[in-house]
Amino acid sequence: MSSINQYIDLYNQYRHRIEAAAPAALNALRPAAMAALEGKRMPAKGDENYEISDLEAMYAPDYGINIDRLNVIADTDEPFRCDVPNLSTNLYYIVNDMHRGSNQAKLPDGVIVTSLRDADATGIINKHYGKIAPIDNPQVALNTLLVQDGTLVYVPAGVIVDKPIQLVNLLRAEGALMTNRRVLIVVEAGAQVKMLVCDHTQSIDTDFLNTQVVEAYVGEGATFDLYDLEEASEKTCRISSTWIRQEAGSNVLINGITLTNGTTRNDFHIDINGQHAETRLSGMAIASGRQLVDNHTFIGHNASYCHSNEMFKYVLDDEAVGAFTGKILVSPDCPRTEAYQSNRNICASPRAKMYTKPQLEIYTDDVKCGHGATVGQLDQDAMFYMQTRGISCQEARTLLMQAFMSDIIDSVRLEALRDRLRHLVEKRFAGTLAQCRSCSVAQSCHTKIKKK
Amino acid sequence: MEKDTDKNILSEATGGEYKYGFVTDIDTHVIPKGLDEGVIRYISSIKGEPEWLLRFRLKAYEHWKSLKVPEWAHLNIPPIDFNDISYYAAPKQKEGPKSMDEVDPELRKTFDKLGISLEEQMRLSGVAVDAVMDSVSVKTTYKERLAELGVIFCSISEAVRDYPDLVKKYLGTVVPYTDNFYAALNSAVFSDGSFVYIPKGVRCPMELSTYFRINAADTGQFERTLIVADDDAYVSYLEGCTAPMRDENQLHAAIVEIVVEDHATVKYSTVQNWYPGDKDGKGGIYNFVTKRGLCRGDFSKLSWTQVETGSAITWKYPSCVLAGDNSVGEFYSVALTNNYQQADTGTKMIHLGRDTRSTIVSKGISAGHSQNSYRGLVRVAPKAVNSRNYTQCDSLLLSDTSGAHTFPYIDVRNDSSVVEHEATTSKINEEQIFYCNQRGISTEDAIGLIVNGYAKEVLTKLPMEFAVEAQKLLQVSLEGSIG
Repeated sequence: MSSINQYIDLYNQYRHRIEAAAPAALNALRPAAMAALEGKRMPAKGDENYEISDLEAMYAPDYGINIDRLNVIADTDEPFRCDVPNLSTNLYYIVNDMHRGSNQAKLPDGVIVTSLRDADATGIINKHYGKIAPIDNPQVALNTLLVQDGTLVYVPAGVIVDKPIQLVNLLRAEGALMTNRRVLIVVEAGAQVKMLVCDHTQSIDTDFLNTQVVEAYVGEGATFDLYDLEEASEKTCRISSTWIRQEAGSNVLINGITLTNGTTRNDFHIDINGQHAETRLSGMAIASGRQLVDNHTFIGHNASYCHSNEMFKYVLDDEAVGAFTGKILVSPDCPRTEAYQSNRNICASPRAKMYTKPQLEIYTDDVKCGHGATVGQLDQDAMFYMQTRGISCQEARTLLMQAFMSDIIDSVRLEALRDRLRHLVEKRFAGTLAQCRSCSVAQSCHTKIKKK
Repeated sequence: MEKDTDKNILSEATGGEYKYGFVTDIDTHVIPKGLDEGVIRYISSIKGEPEWLLRFRLKAYEHWKSLKVPEWAHLNIPPIDFNDISYYAAPKQKEGPKSMDEVDPELRKTFDKLGISLEEQMRLSGVAVDAVMDSVSVKTTYKERLAELGVIFCSISEAVRDYPDLVKKYLGTVVPYTDNFYAALNSAVFSDGSFVYIPKGVRCPMELSTYFRINAADTGQFERTLIVADDDAYVSYLEGCTAPMRDENQLHAAIVEIVVEDHATVKYSTVQNWYPGDKDGKGGIYNFVTKRGLCRGDFSKLSWTQVETGSAITWKYPSCVLAGDNSVGEFYSVALTNNYQQADTGTKMIHLGRDTRSTIVSKGISAGHSQNSYRGLVRVAPKAVNSRNYTQCDSLLLSDTSGAHTFPYIDVRNDSSVVEHEATTSKINEEQIFYCNQRGISTEDAIGLIVNGYAKEVLTKLPMEFAVEAQKLLQVSLEGSIG
């Protein structure tokens, strides 16, 4: 029996309560989601593009869902401990899957960051919700069936948002919890916005199934940056899919970073629908213990004169497992396309595993496309060189790994975030991330929360 | 350079005709269409096979019935009615010609036309040839001279009769009948093919070659080749294939199994030129082949080189299982598709032993409306420490309606191995053509030069006799005045 069935049963049983706590725009798509799910199963291990991720198994456990939208107490009034110093952002919190307002945010006129439940934004939501993420994808369909809240980010035409918008996703619960988060981003023609989304788990002993669907529409000539940073717990299972539609002349930068996690499956799906658009998709994962990180990407070139560049890097230690499956598709009649894809990985322990599948599918001749993938180790000559100059083995290792990750970090277009990431990556490699200043405070936060 | 002229030259360059499309009027024994247990028993009985082989076939048939046609490849395969194929066709002639004079003159003419003059080959080039027409091996040359060294080179039917222990020991060990749909089908109905055994320490003094020819209509060809290189042995094996031009599609589902023991080397070269169908995509051979070599011994080496220009649909992944420590696998491929041809081809390198190495160089050329995919797997097992793989697969697009796709699968399970993959896809560089034009080389010649240069890395890996043929084939397939 498919793991989907338990969610269908749950929906059928509590349909009224789910719908009562959600806005009409979200309810309107539920029948289509239900139809798409019936008789289906989640992709399982061995299916194409799911070589190591078993979504059936990830969705199978019995998680609780906050159907009645009970308020969870979280210390969001105080500045979040793990924030980025020197980076001033418009900060919003999402506790589990509930959007919280912000007291500090100062947005330019016309820019909206609000809950999907906000009645004032109904027009925008109706226009774009469910239009980019395809309902026949089982992850999207399940999210659409169960979602009750989420965040809308709307930047009207021509508006430049100087201060980045930061969404902090906090996971906090006493018992096993499934979250269904939805983010809808609309960047209209000529607008510019940078977003930082970070995942944090406050209840580190609780099992979470953290699911999200992000839909982003990037209008003509718009610029959109999305930095998706995961610093969750080992007991968090994250299933995220990001769907982006780009119009002519737009510029999109996506950076998916996994620093601490349990099991992660990220899908990035970008459709380039207008000429002269540019896309940069990068990501990195640092995994140890028994962590699993699986990134699946798709870039569809549906217009001519577009340029995409994709780069993912992994460092795997202990028994960590990494997977990268990516595809670039160039449709017929898309001349002058340039598309590059690269995946570089380091297996740092004998039991670490890496699975990679970079794919090109090209239906037009006037293109320049290339891809590359490597799996290897740190350069022993470089290690030796540094040790002969008095740098300890451990330090040399950290330096090389940091250097390995540097081009992903360098692609970040926010200087303060770049510095912060360098610091986090350094700590992560030194194995001291859990004891870093800000997180050790967060750790004590966790204890405090538990006592409550 | 005018864009239209460029296009014309390209289309001329890619519009060559198939030269081997004639049919030989020869008396052929064809069994009725359809497949059931009776057919398998009949094939086995015509060939006078021992009981164990019949049991092997029947088990394979039972298993095949439980399988579904694989659909994962990037191919559009029209449904095949497996009961509308005749599973055995043989040119009628006396069993086992003793000398050239006994070979049917029509048959000899056929192979002469193909450029595979059995006599010529025997006299001049020093290549031993096994000619397979439809389901049976017609003639193997040079057998006696090879026998002096203990090299066995004969049809697999003869091998079953004369060396049953050897065949029984190795048959199905590298490609079991459970491997895949077409391997199961082949195991049930295979009719002939070549058998090669190189004893310990022997370096085979000449190239061994098999020429496959489909002649009869409505038949499938299901040959099976088994090559065993014992310790310290060396052999270079060549395979070529052609078929008549017909409007209907014909199925070719072969198996090649290779066993390479300690310090032995096997070089397997293919020039595949089955009828590719006409310019509208009508007819042509479905080439669904399972080829795999097991590098069982330490320091063993297996090298696949293939030039693929024919077949309407190609589904083929010559693989190396690198089980012995320090064993080496190589795969060099040029795949050219034109008109409505489809190819999904590549390799698998399975690293099991320590310090194993593999190299993959794949060059795809797509013209017309064709679709050309590279699909390859590199797997490094936990115990395959210090393994090394290098993969390069390039695609050249010659028309805006063709497609070039790359699907590499890389699976690494230890921390001391290095795997590299790189691929590029582009059309012919205009700057290169301009550079040639500047120096008085016409655009047509320039394209020829570039395509030849592009494929050279693979063509140089072919034995000389084949390299010449392969180059000619590329020219024919890209006819205009290339080269």
